[in-house]
Amino acid sequence: MNRFAIPLLAFVVVVAFLGVGLTLKPRELPSPLLGKPAPAFELPGLPPAREAFSSAQMRGDVWLLNVWASWCAACRTEHPLLNRLARAGTLRIVGLNYKDDAADADAWLQRFGNPYTHIAFDRHGRVGIEYGVYGVPETYLIDRHGIIRFKHIGPLTPDIMQHRLLPLVETLNGDSA
Amino acid sequence: MIPELGHFALILALLMALLQAILPLYGSFANIPAWVAVARPAAYGQLLLVALAFAGLLYAFIHGDFSVAYVANHSNSHLPLLYRISGVWGGHEGSLLLWSLILALWSGAVAAFTRHIPDRIAARILSVMAMISVGFFLFMLLTSNPFARLIPAPAEGRDLNPLLQDIGLAIHPPMLYAGYVGFSVAFAFAVAALLGGRLDAAWARWARPWTNIAWMFLTIGIALGSWWAYYELGWGGWWFWDPVENASFMPWLAGTALLHSLAATASRGAFKAWTVLLAVCAFSLSLLGTFLVRSGVLTSVHAFATDPARGLFILIFLGIVVGGSLALYAWRAPALAAHIRFAPLSRETALLINNVFFGALCFAVLTGTLYPLILDALSGAKISVGEPYFNFLFAVIGAPLALCIGVGALLRWKRDHIARLRRQLPAAALVSVGAGLLWPLAMTHHPYSLNAGLGLALGCWVMVSALLGLRERSGGWRWRNLAHTPRSVYGMTLAHFGVGVFIIGVTFTNAYSVEKDLRMARGETVHLAGYGFRFNGVSDHRGVNYDAARGELVVSKSAGGGRRTIALYPEKRTYLVQKNPMTEAAIDAGLTRDLYVALGEALDGDQVWSVRIYYKPFIRWIWLGALLMAGGGLVAATDKRYRRRARSAAGEATAVPPQTAGQAAAG
Repeated sequence: MNRFAIPLLAFVVVVAFLGVGLTLKPRELPSPLLGKPAPAFELPGLPPAREAFSSAQMRGDVWLLNVWASWCAACRTEHPLLNRLARAGTLRIVGLNYKDDAADADAWLQRFGNPYTHIAFDRHGRVGIEYGVYGVPETYLIDRHGIIRFKHIGPLTPDIMQHRLLPLVETLNGDSA
Repeated sequence: MIPELGHFALILALLMALLQAILPLYGSFANIPAWVAVARPAAYGQLLLVALAFAGLLYAFIHGDFSVAYVANHSNSHLPLLYRISGVWGGHEGSLLLWSLILALWSGAVAAFTRHIPDRIAARILSVMAMISVGFFLFMLLTSNPFARLIPAPAEGRDLNPLLQDIGLAIHPPMLYAGYVGFSVAFAFAVAALLGGRLDAAWARWARPWTNIAWMFLTIGIALGSWWAYYELGWGGWWFWDPVENASFMPWLAGTALLHSLAATASRGAFKAWTVLLAVCAFSLSLLGTFLVRSGVLTSVHAFATDPARGLFILIFLGIVVGGSLALYAWRAPALAAHIRFAPLSRETALLINNVFFGALCFAVLTGTLYPLILDALSGAKISVGEPYFNFLFAVIGAPLALCIGVGALLRWKRDHIARLRRQLPAAALVSVGAGLLWPLAMTHHPYSLNAGLGLALGCWVMVSALLGLRERSGGWRWRNLAHTPRSVYGMTLAHFGVGVFIIGVTFTNAYSVEKDLRMARGETVHLAGYGFRFNGVSDHRGVNYDAARGELVVSKSAGGGRRTIALYPEKRTYLVQKNPMTEAAIDAGLTRDLYVALGEALDGDQVWSVRIYYKPFIRWIWLGALLMAGGGLVAATDKRYRRRARSAAGEATAVPPQTAGQAAAG
């Protein structure tokens, strides 16, 4: 064999792996919480006016927990998607306002719209720790029995919404019928 | 209007690059002098057009035109002018434009300073460089247009990432890209030589100064990145083995091997095929780095906003450029088998060993960087390869490499005699080992550190033998001799000396650093490594575009009653637009030690804070060593011998010397 072709062959192998790598998502860390019960929590609502929230009140429903903050730029990109989802009434969305300033968060919602049925105010990020939040935004889909079925780190995209989240919601809702 | 003109200039630049890629190459084979002659004007034209496009984006940034999406995402009206300028390359699209501009600058420089090279070969070189340009222009125009409008325009921009609002990171990308892209010149020389099918030593001689300058830029760029990480990230580390850092380090390792291999090819005609392969590899690794950083296949703290479409484009581009050139290599290289004889003890052998070591280091970094990806592809397991792997391999491969550097610099071409070395080396060894044994005793604040001793011995060995090498090559320490020693010898000595300084910096920093995370109340004093740190509390401070909590620590020598005190002001900044908190460390820098203070969180109101205090001995030597290496690259590039040989080769007295090319590109 032509030994001068070895670099070419090695390169072909590397490119093959890089090609496969493109289809993988290294950011999609398998959450140890997937398939496990969502950590229960109770938090005050977003000051001044919103009511307190307890995860127990969502029992029997498929719901979305969306971790957001007014300081988070990427939250802005996914926000229209959440607004649309809320308008469609597909499922209830609970916002976990993470390490944020109440006034800022309120102003932010006034400006970009409020898709949340409840907003839990996690001032010091304690609940975030329970959920292993390490980047905002993060989104969790929780089923009727309080089990985490899906987790997404980073802003939701139309593609993820259409092909992963909504079909899953449909299956989970179908189970109840 | 201006952004549209920029966009238009970019499209014209693409067309010009196509012209430069196709006509001269075809003309050089079909023997059409008029088409060959297109190469140089086309290179100048392309440079002008890219410069116009770049100026268009710069204009949009300076004037805060937020109707341009890229400007809206990376700037803000309160941003200081310096960062409005550096914001141009603060994101994916703009940094690609900078990359293209630098590539066009290198092309222009090659066009201007290769008059001593036969026209046909120069035309092929410029054509290969234009093919790379075409790829990057297409990439920008198809997937990442920096001029895309955002209608309606937002009133305010989203601001430049606060991490990038820093002088170090403002100049880091241009330096790094100048290095990355600079390797495209050696690549183009090698591919042009392969295309022509005639690979003599001439191409290596022509490529040498260009490679030196590119390597110098890359060295400075990497050093700047490391320095920035040290003071900006607030952890006091200077290298993290992050995939993005590795992406810049791999071309450097391959480029270092290339520098040495070029020396053997240019002077002795040895390792011809191998040198060509290294020239292809150095630039291919630059492209691979671009792919890794911008495609999202690897997770990294520095990664750009990623997009699979972009990843696919670069992968295809990478496949064409690298696959094509390696195929060309597989086809042409068998004819290169050189039969140069050299003895086991000779400079050829030393350069070969250098190449083996650098090849191994480069392979180790490549494996470590890609391993998580490969494992994920094969089994779906998610892991990350961390510091222990890299540190271990670099200690194991690096230490013997350092031992060889000194000896290699002393050796003569073809054949050398052990007896000659026996006269020179024992003294150097004695000095090094003695220093290594005794020094740790002098560091009275620290326990005896064997590692520091080893590092010092190794560093001294490299520095002393570098100087012995200079004496050997110049023929003795007499002024007459030194004045007639070629610049390349000085360059080599300087760079090798820098390696010694670097080794000492790394090992001392590792061995003697003292790091403390403390809880400090206002008025409290803490003693660390012979210094007293008094915490005077935290006050509010307002910057141009941020609010900060600014702490004050007064440092004095604990012993000896030294009256000199230093005030350090570490900050915790909140930038007004992006809101993420930033740690701004305060550093008292010195040649023998840095005192590094970073503010953590407020505990119990405003009176008690968590504070990180680091004592970092000799950490400046790490970057000083890198700067010496870069300086060595520059000095070597100005060697007169490149000019003289080039002149006689081209047979024209008015040839523009290649070292002027180097200086122009450096300035």
